[in-house]
Formats: sequence, structure tokens, C-alpha cells
Amino acid sequence: MALLEIVNLTVDFATATGSLRAVDGINLTINEGEIVAIVGESGSGKSVGMLALMGLLPWTSTVTADRISFDGQDLLNMTEKQRRKIIGKDISMIFQEPMTSLNPCFTVGYQITEVLCQHFGGKRKSYNKKAIELLNQVGIPAAESRLNSFPHQLSGGMCQRVMIAMMIACKPKLLIADEPTTALDVTIQAQILELLIELQQSHGMALVLITHDMAVVAETAERVIVLYAGQQVEQRKVKELFDNPKHPYSEALLNALPERAQDKLLNAIPGVVPGQMDRPKGCLFSPRCNYAQELCSEEKAPLKDGILCHFPLDLSKSRKPKAINVETG
Amino acid sequence: MSKQLIKARGLHKHYSISEGFLQSSKNLKALSGVGFDLYEGQTLAVVGESGCGKSTLARLLTTIEEPTSGQLSIDGIDMGSVQSKAITKQLRQTVQMVFQDPFGSLNPRQKVGDILQEPLLINTSLSATERKQKALEMMSLVGLRDEHFHRYPHMFSGGQRQRIAIARALILKPKVVVLDEPVSALDVSIQAQVINLLVDLQKELGLAYVFISHDLSIVRHIADEVLVMYLGKPVEQGPGDVIFNDPKHPYTQALLSATPSTNIKNKRQRIKLTGELPSPIDPPNGCAFNPRCQHANKSCTISEPVMDTFGKSQVACFALDEGRI
Repeated sequence: MALLEIVNLTVDFATATGSLRAVDGINLTINEGEIVAIVGESGSGKSVGMLALMGLLPWTSTVTADRISFDGQDLLNMTEKQRRKIIGKDISMIFQEPMTSLNPCFTVGYQITEVLCQHFGGKRKSYNKKAIELLNQVGIPAAESRLNSFPHQLSGGMCQRVMIAMMIACKPKLLIADEPTTALDVTIQAQILELLIELQQSHGMALVLITHDMAVVAETAERVIVLYAGQQVEQRKVKELFDNPKHPYSEALLNALPERAQDKLLNAIPGVVPGQMDRPKGCLFSPRCNYAQELCSEEKAPLKDGILCHFPLDLSKSRKPKAINVETG
Repeated sequence: MSKQLIKARGLHKHYSISEGFLQSSKNLKALSGVGFDLYEGQTLAVVGESGCGKSTLARLLTTIEEPTSGQLSIDGIDMGSVQSKAITKQLRQTVQMVFQDPFGSLNPRQKVGDILQEPLLINTSLSATERKQKALEMMSLVGLRDEHFHRYPHMFSGGQRQRIAIARALILKPKVVVLDEPVSALDVSIQAQVINLLVDLQKELGLAYVFISHDLSIVRHIADEVLVMYLGKPVEQGPGDVIFNDPKHPYTQALLSATPSTNIKNKRQRIKLTGELPSPIDPPNGCAFNPRCQHANKSCTISEPVMDTFGKSQVACFALDEGRI
């Protein structure tokens, strides 16, 4: 049975200029012990979708879904109190900015033991040993003396390790990492990703990795979900996606990487993600798409085999995309 | 041979750090012994982890700060010997800078037009119509439309803001542009747009770039020369293709192997770097990289290696000198 099942998740925000749809009908199934990556540009709804699951969105948002179930429990028809027993314990989340997501007023030890007290009860002091153990587990040297340091005394990589220690304190079944390495250096990024995978394997937890870096996806995940403007445009196995992307947006994202460039110019995707005001009538990607035809700008794209496109690509067939023509000059 | 724009030899920058009233102040060596040449139309990439002195180098090149010792000449004029303020002012116009965070580097209370005209207002004696004309020209050069002139920065996306920042840097017709992580705050697709713009501008205007970054996949794409720094010291320096295809210094090798790749078919053996950059106030003895280096031995902890020529690149490493790698 799937660990997490989300069917048709939609998030709307009430803004001064009307309602804004940030997430538009996402379906997501995550099995136990699996690594799934969610990829997309800023504004594609990848963070908002996961924040909705955690119940961390502000009151201006409206979250609707046909079903959200976690480990056999229905998260939708649950009181706030029941929900809080699961969130933070069985599902936990790491945020992008390690420096700003820790409370600067409290020591690292305080913040880690707080999680344990909250979910298991008891005195804070009694968890000190456990906190040291956790810090050791995430690779913080001299863990005992670090318990009393404040976040500002640690580097970015260290802060992210503390965040991870805090999140795995209750041995979650599902860990959501929202761009865990974007703010960090490459060497530290490699260390943190390795740590996450190591923990995923040793604890048997499922890991959802939100990122905009395709290279990170290639290095870590098994399955990938590509989001664009709140819609899920492609859902595939990582290897298949990299070998043979079916949606033009996935292909464009891959081609935009510097290592795939053929000459001095990169294959940029023109334009930006549509906002509240300039949402196209048909397929949302059509204004930026290399392959767009008349039909694309008029009718919404259909969902076929997990791909949201009128004309899915197939690289095995010889359909010459425009992008490649540009490359070869 | 194109014209030499920057010549730097043995640049040092030390800051004195006071740790309280009764303690004696300590010396923080942010930069020690950096030297390079930069020619017209060329891109020098400066690579390293945060805290390795990349941004200090940028501050020295833009003459925001003076080097503690060493020689720096910009456009043929030695900065150490310049006495008159007029020449300093002129040299400052030659080197301009684009900052990392386009959300923080633009004044939210100024309109785009005012942001672009301000350098002209301070440095030139052009009339208001001429200034506006120049600002509009520059906006079309970086791909902004005329109607953006009266808008505020918050009305733009990250990529467009970075375009505004680039336009501001270019408006005084500099010869060298220092780009301090210009795309690290942007999405991959937008990143590609900005990089393309930079490549186009370089071709069109013959600019020289000092490209500071920790993202090696972009550096590999854009750089002619690469300077790898560790804790304020250069460890490897040479032409881009040589450094990327045949990295010599253990640190460069580790950096390259830490960069994620989309090539899933042949996953490389990753060189693991444990720990983090040591504090520059209290650097390790000998080679600064020795606590994290897998090839380190006793000689590495005693004295500091100097840059030696290996093929086309220069490397500072004892293990390489002694033929242990």
C-alpha cells in the first residue's frame, strides 16, 4: 500500500486582485522507502503543494483535494489536533534556508529536544543524550559542545545538518526536503545529499526532494514529477525522463543545463512562468513551447499516461524539434 | 594580442579583528598572494567555497578597498602610484560590478529609469534628455522594453531584475565587469537567459568578465581562464578546458566531483570532502587544504606550497611536486 496518496490537490490563494490558483490538480503517490523528486521553476507550486500537505499555509489559502491519505489515515477529515500528532512526527519537512528556518533565540539543543518533548512528552533534559546522538548521526563534530550553541554560531551547512537532526528525531516515515541544498556550496551540497540518502536507507523512510536542479534529481531520485505553473506535466522514472523526456517542458529544462549546451549560447526557455493575470487559455506552457501548434493555445492539454500535453515528444521517433535545429546552427 | 586590462601580482588583503577590549587584535588573511592577467574580451572565473576570498577579490578589483600589499594595475595604470582623485574616479568607471542577489542590490524606492541614470548623474555632465536617451538604449541592449522605464524593481521577476543590474553596471561603458555569483539566485531556465545575455554583451562590447561562482557547470561553460581559490590562496590556475579536463590539485578534483551531473549512465566515483572550510583567522599549519586532503602527508603540515607550473596550468601542491599523485 502506498505511504502517501494525494488525489487532485488544488490550492487557491485569495489575493486583493482575485483568486490565484497556485496548485492545480496534483496527484501524487509515494511508496515506503522511495525517493521522489519534484521539479519545477519558482512559481510552479512545488513548495506550496507540500506546505498544503503539512498544513503550513496561511489562512488566505483554500486547500481542496479528493483524497489525502497517509499510512492508511485520512488527513482531510481529521481534526487539527489529530493532524498535529502526525505532522512533525511521521511527516517532517526541511526548508530551503537553514539560517532562517532555525529560531535565532534558542540554542540548537533546545530546538532539537523541543521536538521530542512535543511528541513523546517528558522533561527536556531527559532528551539531551538523544539529541547528542542525533547530532552525531548527521555528522556534526563535537556534538556535546554544539548543543549549547546558537544558530548564528554555525555555518550554513551545519545549520542544515541541525535541521535534518531535528526532523529525523521522531523517525519520520516521510521526509520532505524543500530545496535543502540550494543555499549551500557544492561540496556541502554533496555532503548533505549523501547524508539524506544514507538516512533514507538506514531508516527506511520515504524522501520527497523538491528542487529546481535537474542534476540533483539525476544524482538522487528514483522517480520524478515535473510541475509547471501548478500543473503536473510529467511523472516518470528518472532514467526514462533523462533519456527520453516526453513533455516539451521537461525537455527544455534539461536542455537549459550548461552541460547540455553545444556552443557558447545556452538553450534558454524564453519568457517566464505565467502569473495570475497572464494565464493562457489553452495549455499553460504553450507561449514558451518550441513545438506549440494552434490547438495548444486554444484547448487545455489532455492528461495521457501521466503526461499533460497535446503532442507528447518521442525521441525514438524522428520528430525534429526546433531546439536541436538551433543548436546545430 | 588583445589589450591587457587588469594585471594583479601578489595581492594580499588582511583585516584586523578585535576580539574585545583586553585581547590583542588578530589578523584575518582574507586574500594572500593572488595574481592574474585579464585581457579584453576574456572571462576569468574565480571558483571556491564561500569564505575563500572570492568576494574580497571583487572588492579589491572594483577599488572599493585597497590591497594590504601587492600590485594591481587597471587599464595600464598602477593603482598604488595613483595620487590624483580624478584618475581614481576614472578607473572606478572602468571596472563595474553586478551583485549576487538582484532582490537586494536594487533600491526598491527608485524607478528603473532613475537606477540607470544615477551613475550618469554622478559621473558625467550629460543633460537630462541625453541621460534618458542613454538609459533607454541600455535597456533595449539588455532586453528590457521602453515601458519598463517608469516601473519599480518589485514589479519585475528575478531574471529581469538581474538584467536591470547588468544595465546599471554597463551604463558607464566599463571595460571590465565583475560578476559576483550573478545567476546563483535564479532558476535554471532563467539562469540560461542571463548567461546568454552576458555572452552576447561580451561579444558585442568586447567586455572582460571576472566571473565569481561556485557553480562549476556554469563556469565550465563560460570561462576562458579559471582561478581556483582555497582559504584566500590560489591553489590552481590555468585555461578553462585544461582545468576541467585534467584537474591537478586535489581540491579542484574534489570540487569537480562534488558537482552533480545529469549523466546518469556513468556515475563517477565521488571524492568525498569531509568537514568544512577552516576559519581564516586561525588557518591550519602548512597547506591550508591538508586537513581535508586525502593525499596529505607530513610535509603538507609543515610548510606552504607555492604555485608551480604543470603543463599549461599552475598548481600549488606538495603531493604533485613530489609525484605522489
